[in-house]
Amino acid sequence: MAGTWIFVEQRNGNIRKVTFEMLSEAQKWGDEVSAVVFGKGVAGLAPELAKYGAAKVYVADADVFAQYNTGAFVAQLAAMIAEYKPNAVLFAHTFNGRDLAARISQKLELGLATDCIAAEISAGKGVFTRSIYAGKALAKVEVAGDPVMATIRAGVFEVVEKAGAGEVVNVAVAATAADVYQNVKEFIPTVSARPELTEADVVCSGGRGCKGPEGIALVEQLADLMGGAVGGSRAAIDSGWLGHEYQVGQTGKVVNPTLYVAAGISGAIQHLAGMSSSKYIVAINTDEEAPIFGVSDVGAVGDLFKVIPALIDELKK
Amino acid sequence: MKVLVLVKQTFDTEAKIELKDGKISDAGINMIINPYDEVAVEEGIRLKEKGIATEVVVVSAGADKAIEAIRTALAMGADRGVLVQQDVAADEFARAKALAKVISEQAPSLVLAGHVAADDGSSQVPTRIAEILGWPHINVATTLEIADGKATCNCEADGGSQVIEVALPAVISTQVSLNEPRYPSMKGIMQAKKKPVDTVAAEAVESKTKIVEFSLPAAKAAGKKVTGEPADLAKEIANFIKNEAKIEIKK
Ligand SMILES: Cc1cc2nc3c(=O)[nH]c(=O)nc-3n(C[C@H](O)[C@H](O)[C@H](O)COP(=O)(O)OP(=O)(O)OC[C@H]3O[C@@H](n4cnc5c(N)ncnc54)[C@H](O)[C@@H]3O)c2cc1C
Ligand SMILES: Nc1ncnc2c1ncn2[C@@H]1O[C@H](COP(=O)(O)O)[C@@H](O)[C@H]1O
Repeated sequence: MAGTWIFVEQRNGNIRKVTFEMLSEAQKWGDEVSAVVFGKGVAGLAPELAKYGAAKVYVADADVFAQYNTGAFVAQLAAMIAEYKPNAVLFAHTFNGRDLAARISQKLELGLATDCIAAEISAGKGVFTRSIYAGKALAKVEVAGDPVMATIRAGVFEVVEKAGAGEVVNVAVAATAADVYQNVKEFIPTVSARPELTEADVVCSGGRGCKGPEGIALVEQLADLMGGAVGGSRAAIDSGWLGHEYQVGQTGKVVNPTLYVAAGISGAIQHLAGMSSSKYIVAINTDEEAPIFGVSDVGAVGDLFKVIPALIDELKK
Repeated sequence: MKVLVLVKQTFDTEAKIELKDGKISDAGINMIINPYDEVAVEEGIRLKEKGIATEVVVVSAGADKAIEAIRTALAMGADRGVLVQQDVAADEFARAKALAKVISEQAPSLVLAGHVAADDGSSQVPTRIAEILGWPHINVATTLEIADGKATCNCEADGGSQVIEVALPAVISTQVSLNEPRYPSMKGIMQAKKKPVDTVAAEAVESKTKIVEFSLPAAKAAGKKVTGEPADLAKEIANFIKNEAKIEIKK
């Protein structure tokens, strides 16, 4: 048996932090933890994965894996699971991770727990906690299967360094160009010097109270001062002040930063769904009764156009 | 071309969640079509209006009352419905199996679904269905174009967005920005009552996963509310950010 596998999320050789989070957490279950990486020219990633405890790094290196595509990735992973028989395979709950996980689970007729915020695996069984009804309830899900399958939400596990052997296992490539049935005509990267919303340690978001691009610019200045990401409520996105990819909430992204700053956001239940699990929450709102204050550690009743500039000055001191 | 739309009946997104006998209680809850599925229904109807689709069939698996969700979709303009009677506790595997069977029987060229259900939000069912049928799937689509036996979508992706083209038949899962769903008209509601809805029993398939416990998250205690001059508020927040949250400031 090949222990617990962590499927590595990477693009152009940059490993996403959630991969290290999963590697770190999986050490707690006692089974051997290994990383699985598909790509083109990715063998060099092994030392970075070993730093977080990967005993082995299974590498499938081929042109067909240069970018994510469902057909080739599913074919490859299915062949590897059949050959090495891992006890569990964990994926990040990203667009690619959840696509691959659901597809392979169905192919192998397995159960799958998605978007998990807590996990424990032992004796061929996984018990996972999922946040349901947009965070208004929690469900503990038991997944028995061979292997146990789950996708994990970014930002919920701590990254802990622990040296692993990082032995590279070059696996036979089982996928060919014939397995690719999606034609990706164009990839348009989000160009931003700021960290990815779902991975950022600090997220500053603006809402309708920002009243326009000028208000959002203040939120951006504040975020930059802390090396944070910028997000918005649906009202800010619908008004066109921020791109769709910046929406935080039930229909947007779920964020889990150390610090979340909500400026001019009322705190509708659908917004809270995307940010209420942040470790610390600061809200700035003119309305003393705004529901956002119900989840805030510090709720400043005031005008963001006055408070944020003063806060920027204060932080710079 | 026949288009089939999957709709799940879910709790209103404003609903307050309570537990009864260790389970999520649906007492007094207003039920709606999963918001993403409403977008899928709208897209199906638009394809018909454009002359691309010839028929829009709405399919829902769940309790008998899920027929309300189907009726709403029919009132929006879909043509007919199929209710798949299934225990609402069926997991994604069992639901995908039951729905895929109905899809095979209906033989559409395109299946539209939401990319996630607003209740248990697992983002699995359409992907699993595509795998069972051996069809391509485009997930989190923000645009959709059908031409020459192909579907092309803009869709959300990790680190950006992408344009993907697949051959039909295919499954497409929608993001809410795809369109703005219409409200059913009075005439639509009247017509919906006469549109056919078939009821079929779900294929008996065992779930692969089991929910062993439901709970409510510990309510986050509201912290401190501060009022005063902007400068005082700024001091208070800055102190919290530096000393409590311990965030490093890039000067
Ligand atoms: C199915 C569904 C899904 C949804 N998904 C999402 C989602 O993913 N994300 C999301 O955010 N919303 C979502 N919504 C919308 C949500 O219900 C709210 O409408 C939205 O979050 C409101 O955004 P807001 O707080 O910016 O605006 P508002 O509710 O209008 O609040 C603006 C706030 O700004 C304050 N304000 C005004 N001026 C100032 C000032 N000068 N300084 C400081 N404060 C000021 C006001 O007091 C007010 O509290 C969804 C809704 C539905 C039905
Ligand atoms: N019981 C169901 N009946 C019909 N469609 C469903 C059902 N469950 C899930 N779906 C479809 O699959 C999508 C994603 O659901 P889920 O995988 O549960 O997050 C939903 O938006 C629906 O379109």
